[in-house]
Amino acid sequence: MTKLLLCLLSLNQSAHAATVPVAATDLAQSWDSIYWFLVYLSLFFFVGIVGAMIWFVVKYRSSVNKKPKYIHGHTGLEIIWTVIPTILLFICFGWGWSVYRDMVHGPANAMEVRVIGKQWLWQFVYKNGTTAVNDLFVPVNRPVKLIMSSEDVLHGFFIPNFRVKSDVVPGMYTYVWFEAKVPGIHQVFCTEYCGTSHSGMLARVVVLTDDQWKDWLGGKKIDVDSLPADPTFPGYRANRLGEGLPEANSAGAVPGQVSLADKGKALVSAKGCIACHSSDGAKLVGPSYKGIYGTDVKVADNANGGKMVTVKVDDNYIRESIENPQAKVVEGYPPSMPPYKGLVNEEEIASIIEYIKSLK
Amino acid sequence: MSHANSAHGDNYINHSRGLKSWLITLDHKRIGIMYLGVIMVMFLLGGIFALGVRLQLFSPDSHFLTPDKYNQFFTYHGAIMVFMVVIPLIPAAIGNFILPMQLGAKDVAFPRWNLVSYYVYLFGLTVAASTLFINKVDTGWTFYAPYSIRTGTSATLVLLGAFIMGFSSILTGLNFIVTIHKLRAPGLTWDRLPLFLWALYATSIVQVLATPVLAITLLLLILERTVGIGIFDPKLGGDPVLFQHFFWFYSHPAVYIMVLPAMGVISDIIPTFSRKPIFGYKAIAAATFGIALVAFVVWGHHMFVSGQSEFANFVFSFLTMLVAVPTGVKVFSWLATMYKGSLRMDAPMLYAFGFLFVFTIGGLTGVFLAVVSVDVHLTATYFVVAHFHYVMVGGTLLAFLAGLHYWFPKFCGKMYSETPAKVAAWMIMIGFNVTFFPQFILGVLGMPRRYANYLPQFTALNRVSTVGSWLLGAGFLVVAWTLVRGLKSGKPSGPNPWGALTLEWQTASPPPHENFLTEPVVTEGPYEYRGEKALMGMNA
Repeated sequence: MTKLLLCLLSLNQSAHAATVPVAATDLAQSWDSIYWFLVYLSLFFFVGIVGAMIWFVVKYRSSVNKKPKYIHGHTGLEIIWTVIPTILLFICFGWGWSVYRDMVHGPANAMEVRVIGKQWLWQFVYKNGTTAVNDLFVPVNRPVKLIMSSEDVLHGFFIPNFRVKSDVVPGMYTYVWFEAKVPGIHQVFCTEYCGTSHSGMLARVVVLTDDQWKDWLGGKKIDVDSLPADPTFPGYRANRLGEGLPEANSAGAVPGQVSLADKGKALVSAKGCIACHSSDGAKLVGPSYKGIYGTDVKVADNANGGKMVTVKVDDNYIRESIENPQAKVVEGYPPSMPPYKGLVNEEEIASIIEYIKSLK
Repeated sequence: MSHANSAHGDNYINHSRGLKSWLITLDHKRIGIMYLGVIMVMFLLGGIFALGVRLQLFSPDSHFLTPDKYNQFFTYHGAIMVFMVVIPLIPAAIGNFILPMQLGAKDVAFPRWNLVSYYVYLFGLTVAASTLFINKVDTGWTFYAPYSIRTGTSATLVLLGAFIMGFSSILTGLNFIVTIHKLRAPGLTWDRLPLFLWALYATSIVQVLATPVLAITLLLLILERTVGIGIFDPKLGGDPVLFQHFFWFYSHPAVYIMVLPAMGVISDIIPTFSRKPIFGYKAIAAATFGIALVAFVVWGHHMFVSGQSEFANFVFSFLTMLVAVPTGVKVFSWLATMYKGSLRMDAPMLYAFGFLFVFTIGGLTGVFLAVVSVDVHLTATYFVVAHFHYVMVGGTLLAFLAGLHYWFPKFCGKMYSETPAKVAAWMIMIGFNVTFFPQFILGVLGMPRRYANYLPQFTALNRVSTVGSWLLGAGFLVVAWTLVRGLKSGKPSGPNPWGALTLEWQTASPPPHENFLTEPVVTEGPYEYRGEKALMGMNA
C-alpha cells in the first residue's frame, strides 16, 4: 500500500515536472502551489460531473429505466450547488490576489533595468549605460525590476520559469520584477502579437553567479553558451527563431561609456530644460528636479477639466510631463511648457527620468 | 393540434417555388435556412484556415507557410469563425427558424427587418471577405492598436465588414426581443417559455446593448487608419490600452452571445431525451440572465497584463468569479435532469453529453484565467487558445450540432441516419479533445499563441494537436454527408419524432407556410413529461 502511494506520488511529481516550467523564483513556487490547487479542485469537479453523467447513462438508459420520475427541482440541492462553489471561488480569488500582490510589489532595493521592445528585438539598458540585445544579464539572488516600454507596437515580455509577464506598451511604462534563484539561461517570449517575426522575438535572461556578475560588470566577456541551459527547454540554446533577425550580441553587451543619469543631465541642458527646471531645488518657472521623484504632488488634471488631484511622480508621470506637459500641471506653476512628443526618443526619455531619479 | 397538413401538403418549402421566392422571402423559416447555408460555407472556409494553421505547426521551423501568410491564416480563421460563424450560428440560423414556432407565432414581429438583417450580414461578410482577394489582413481578430493602425494590409475593409455585420446582429436582437414580448401564443406565460427562448432573449439583449460599442470602436479605428485621428496610437497622442477596453467591452459579452444560445439548446434537448421535466427551470432562466448581466462588467479580465491598474485587476478578477456561479448552476441542473430519467441515446443527446464533457473543462479552465496571478503566466499562451476553443467549439459548436440534429426533422420532415450521425459525433468529440487538450499543457509550459514557429521542445504536443485536427475535420465531413443524405433520401420523420412538448413540434414537419393551421393554446410548461407524454417518441 505504501509502495503504491509512493509510486503514485512520484508519478504525480513527474507529471508536475513534465507539464509546468521549472520554478526558478520563490514567486514561481507560490504560483505553482495555487496552480496545482486549481488543477486538483477542477479534477474533483470534473470527475464528479462526468462521473455522474456516465453513471446516469448506465443506470437510466431508456432500455434500463422505462419509467422516468417526474421531478421539477429541489431547493436544498440548488442552494448547496450555488453556495459551495461561490465560497470555493472566493477562496481562489483571495489566494490568487495575495500572490498577485507579491508579483506587483517587489522590494524597493531592486536593481533596475530598462527594457525597450521593438519589432523584433529586445534591448536592455542598464543604469550605467550598458546596453545588450536579446540577452538580459542579471545577478542571481538579487531582486531585479524591469521598466519596460515599446518603440512601435504592443509587445509582451514573458519569462515562463519566473511566471511573470507584462505587455510592453508604446507611450507608457509597465513593470515586472523577479529574483532569480537558478543560475543559467531562462527563455523569454514575446507574448503580444507584433507582426511578421512575432514568434522570432525571443530573448534570454542570463542569470549569473556572484563571481560571473562581478566579471560582467567589469566588462569581461561571458561565454553564455557554457552556462547551464534553460532547465525547462534544455535542448535549446539559441535565442532566435525565424530568419533575418539580429543574433544576440555574443559579446554579451556593449559597455556604456556614460551612465543614463549623466546622459540625462547632458540632455536637459542641450534641450533647454534647465532654463525652467533647476537641479538644486530653486524655484524657477517649473518645479525643480531635485527630490521630486517618488513624491506626491498636487496637479491640475486637465483631461478632467482642471480638477486638482494628487499624483505620484513616477516614471509614467515624468514621461507624460515631457511628452504632453499640459496634461497634469503641478500646482503653483504656469502651464507654459511646450510638448516634447516626437522630439525625444525612448532612450532619451529614460535617461532624463534616470537623471531626475538621481537627484535625491 | 392539427396534423392534417402532412409532408404531402403545403409547407414552407413548396409554398412558392424558384430561387427568387427564397431571395425575397419574408418567411422566418426560409431566412433561417438561408443563414444556415451561408454560415456553413463560412464555417468550411474558417475550418480550412484552421487546418492550415495546424499544418504549419506540425513541425518547428516549418516552411508550409511564411510567417506573414501564417499571420493571415490565424487572422482569417479567428475573424471568420467569430464574426461570421459562431456569433450568428445559433440565434440567426436555428433561432430564426425555431423562435417564432416555439412561441406559436406565424413569424417574427418584423419580417422585413429580418430579411434586411440577413442581407446586411451578407453585405458585411462580402466586404470583409473581399480582403481575401485584396491585400489580405494580418491583425488577428482582435485588431489590437497600434499594430492594426500601422499594418499595410487591408484592415480597414475587414473592420468595415465587421462594423456592418454588427447592425445585422442588432436588428436580429431587436426583432427577437419584440417577438418574444408580443407574439406569444395564448397561455404561453413567461414561466412557460422554453429555456431556448429565455436564452435567445438574454442573448438579444446583450446583442442590442454591446454591439453598438464595437461599432463605435471599429469606426474610430477606421477613422484613425484613414484620416489619422489619434485615439489609440500613442504616436498620434492616443492610448492603445483604451482600444482594448472598448474592444473587450463588446467582445467579452460576445462570448456570451455565443454561449447562451448553446446553453438554451442543451436545456431543451436534455429534458426531451431524458423524458423528464427540466430540473430547476427558474434557476436556469435566472442563471441565464445572471450570466448576461455579469457579462458586461468583466471585460477587464482579458487585460490583466495590459498595463491597466492594479485596482482594475482586483475588481475584474473578483467580478469574473461571479460568472462561474450561474454557469455551475446550469451544469448541475442539467445533470439532475438526467437523474432517474429514461435516457435516449440519439445523436442530439450524444452531442449534449459531449457538450457537458467539454464545456465543463472549458468552464473550469476559465477559473484558472479568472484568478489574476494564475492568469499572468497563462494569458496569451496556448492555455487561453485551448480554453476558448473548449467554450466556443466544444460549447457552442457541439450544442449547435445537437440542435441541428434535433431540429433536422423539423426543418425538412425527414430523418438523418442515426448510425453515421453517432459515428460522426464520436469522431468530433475525440478529434476535438485530441486537438485542444494538448494545447492546455503547451500553454502552461509557456508556448505563446499566434506563433508561426516554436521551440523544438513543443513539437510532440503540437503534432498530437495537428493530428487531432484531421480527425475533427473528418468528423464534420461525416456530419455533412449524413445530413445531406438525410435531406435527399431520409425516411419521413412525422411531425414530432422525439415526442417533444414545445410548440414547434405540435405542427407538421416541415411546417406549413404559416407555421400553425390553428393558433395553438398553451396550458402548461414546456417540459411536463409525465404519464403518456413521458413515453412518446421514436425509440420509446
